[in-house]
Amino acid sequence: MKHLLGVEDLERSDLEELLRITDSMVEVSQRAMPRVPALRGRTVVSVFFEDSTRTRLSFEAAAKRLSADTMSFSVGTSSVKKGESVRDTVETIEAMGVDAMVVRHRSAGVPDQIARWTSCSVINAGDGWHQHPTQALLDSYTIRAHLGGLDGRRIAIVGDVKHSRVARSDVQAFTLLGASVTLVAPPTLLPPSLEGWPVEVSHDLDAVLADQDVVYLLRMQRERMTEALVPSLREYTACFGLTIQRAARLAPHALVMHPGPMNRGVEIAAEVTDLPNAVIAEQVRNGVAVRMAVLFRLLAGTELGGAGAAAPVPEVNAEPGEDHG
Amino acid sequence: MDAGDLQRAIWRIAHEIAERNHGLQGVVLIGLQTGGVPLAHKLAESLRQIEDIAVPVGSLDVALYRDDIGLRPVLPEAVTEIPVDLDGAVVVLVDDVLFTGRTIRAALNALADYGRPRVVQLAVMVDRGHRELPIRPDFVGKNLPTRRDEVVDVTEEGVDLGEMHR
Amino acid sequence: MAELLIAGGRVVDEHGERVADVVVAEDGTVAEVGAGLASTGGRNGRRVLDAGGCVVAPGFVDLHTHLREPGREEAETIETGSRAAALGGFTAVVAMPNTEPTMDDAAVVRQVLEAGRVAGLCDVHASAAVTVGRRGEALAPMAELAALGVRIFTDDGNGVQDDRLARRAMEYARGLDVTIAEHCEVEALSAGGHMHEGEWSSRLGIPGVPAEAEELMVMRDIALSRLTGCRVHLQHLSTAGAVELVRAAKARGLAVTAEATPHHFTLTHAEVAAYDPVFKVNPPLRTAEDVAAVRAGLADGTLDAIATDHAPHAQELKELPFDEAPCGMLGLETALALALSELDLSLGELVGLLSWRPAAVAGLRDTHGGPVEPGRPANLVVFDPELTWTVDPARLASRSHNTPYAGRRVTGKVRHTVLRGRPIVLDGEAQR
Repeated sequence: MKHLLGVEDLERSDLEELLRITDSMVEVSQRAMPRVPALRGRTVVSVFFEDSTRTRLSFEAAAKRLSADTMSFSVGTSSVKKGESVRDTVETIEAMGVDAMVVRHRSAGVPDQIARWTSCSVINAGDGWHQHPTQALLDSYTIRAHLGGLDGRRIAIVGDVKHSRVARSDVQAFTLLGASVTLVAPPTLLPPSLEGWPVEVSHDLDAVLADQDVVYLLRMQRERMTEALVPSLREYTACFGLTIQRAARLAPHALVMHPGPMNRGVEIAAEVTDLPNAVIAEQVRNGVAVRMAVLFRLLAGTELGGAGAAAPVPEVNAEPGEDHG
Repeated sequence: MDAGDLQRAIWRIAHEIAERNHGLQGVVLIGLQTGGVPLAHKLAESLRQIEDIAVPVGSLDVALYRDDIGLRPVLPEAVTEIPVDLDGAVVVLVDDVLFTGRTIRAALNALADYGRPRVVQLAVMVDRGHRELPIRPDFVGKNLPTRRDEVVDVTEEGVDLGEMHR
Repeated sequence: MAELLIAGGRVVDEHGERVADVVVAEDGTVAEVGAGLASTGGRNGRRVLDAGGCVVAPGFVDLHTHLREPGREEAETIETGSRAAALGGFTAVVAMPNTEPTMDDAAVVRQVLEAGRVAGLCDVHASAAVTVGRRGEALAPMAELAALGVRIFTDDGNGVQDDRLARRAMEYARGLDVTIAEHCEVEALSAGGHMHEGEWSSRLGIPGVPAEAEELMVMRDIALSRLTGCRVHLQHLSTAGAVELVRAAKARGLAVTAEATPHHFTLTHAEVAAYDPVFKVNPPLRTAEDVAAVRAGLADGTLDAIATDHAPHAQELKELPFDEAPCGMLGLETALALALSELDLSLGELVGLLSWRPAAVAGLRDTHGGPVEPGRPANLVVFDPELTWTVDPARLASRSHNTPYAGRRVTGKVRHTVLRGRPIVLDGEAQR
């Protein structure tokens, strides 16, 4: 695995391996001194063309816990404002000697484009409406931690699926791991075509609520009103918001999840976020461990990047099986 | 070595551990993932029979501490579990095969992140030579001269020597 | 200019197909067509173009070429675009008016026509904008522009959104005996879209353009053609629904013509999967069903022409994020090969779609696309329908490289292109 561009590139075994590595990373994160030397000498740069302090910090914490060097690039301080192209930016950063780029962009597909222009690993930290694979991993990890696994589980993803990279990644990851997914939204907030999506669709949250093991709420952005996708936030909340009344109808073990940042009172009632089943803070916490697993998986077993690391690698004494040195 | 030899070696190493440490006060067995973990448990069982003391057993995955990560992908096999505080403890690292010594080097670094043992000792079932670091085992099941390209496999049934499959 | 003998080819024109040599006189007209002319000797200095194994046909006419000059000379100039056209077998192109400044006034149109004459590589005809600045607000001076020879008016890049203005334009055009060509796209439905709305846009998270955005305007323009009696030409149709609407309009005898591009009969929206903006085009690449419908429309005569929508863009613009990159792809140098490789048509049907039928739409039948017979201007193409080659962007004559066919093996290549008796392309090489 060289890049992590989207869940669509992964097999079930890849997901399971990443979740297994995450277990080890959670153990590291729980130590008094949460740091291991695993990626010493590696450089991870976050290249954020779109602001996202949460995701950037999560990746940088992950890199630091693995002892990688980190650099950070964001548009606010960069030459992109002066008209430099993405390609020039990326090539400039790569010339400084980096092993992985963590890329966030408002346009779908930019990480795919960058992966064609660079020899370092590219990790998609969110591109437009397309993908946010580490979010899907941390969501899967959180569900697995609580429910033991995703096989046979029923998960409802509620809200603005159409504009959601989280939903696209989650649908693929959850179903790959054996869950059945129901998208719950008005037709205006669903993608125009669901051909090839292994999901069921409902326009009625109340009808499906009681059957779910997980209710995953998507962020409802206010600008959707100006596009006439829903008549009003009030009507949206009345139909699709997880109110305290609706939460009361959930199965006792059912989890309430949200990728953040939340619009309390819109897609989720403030009281619901305080329920013991709401694992939203835990999602954030697992985010760091999952990103550690991804960084480690992509960078372990690669040559050191950068100009200074061009020294030839000595022949490897492969030591398979039980026989480690 | 067959299964019987293996059990006899475990029995002997258990005795040596108890003898070397004048009992089992403060002794913690830490098996290295993955081959060292079942051996650590077998040693603990032998120690219980000899001294009637339940020695704490932990497991350590050194994948995040290796110095050859850049050469080959070594992914964590299982989560590290250290059951007790290691400060001041007598840690006996347990592994199936001692080869270059790099895994043990990584394990020593990893241990340091969990505490400061009073002493660290090393027990291995097979020492096959070819050390690349100044590391020497305290307790050895069997010294087994090998070629570099051979594979040593320690299982329940005993120890096998075979060709490496590339 | 020396007399020219095109020897050993098969002549394909609207009258059919026959083995014949063609003699082109010094004045640039066809002098003789017939078997065995190679042995007649001819006049001193006669130049012989070998057409063995090749088709000799009236030169191709592209109804839809973006030459980018004035305004975007870094992407293409009239000269480089004309050269690409000649290498693709075209002897005439209709330049689209979305230049900077817009071809909406006489000065700009004169400049384009003059640059085309100076380049001298193919006949550059100008279309002109329907509305001032292509803004869809006020009519351009159509009579003045028609007087310069403009036969086609279009706001290409955009359709005329306002129904009333579109009607007025058509009424006015009828009085001038010119054609209104439309880029069919209802912007209220397409706004914000960057690819075909459907399976792939949903999967890739790219906002889509529904097929209906095109079909609604096709519907409207057919209705307005009926209302006004104006000749309406529908540009680069891409959907099954649009093809069907044209088929029905023609069955009712309306003055409607339509074109399709090579990319719309060869590529689908699945090409966008890797987010390479070289596959971004407007109208967008559609579904396999749409591709099949476009092919069927070309085969049954519903569609009148293969038009390239040759749209060069500088490399750096095609490396922008997909939703920021401009629309368009090269077409002139690959159109013939794609038609030969991908369409199941007779040679006569295929050459008709590239030559005499678009020539009729553009009002050029006197000079281009006519039968290969004595007295007609010798605007001819000689192509090898069997030659297989690989598209290499770096080897195209266009100043830009944004072909979606890089690396593709195609069959059929232009060998010679003759413009009024002058060989512009010889053995696949532009002569200047």
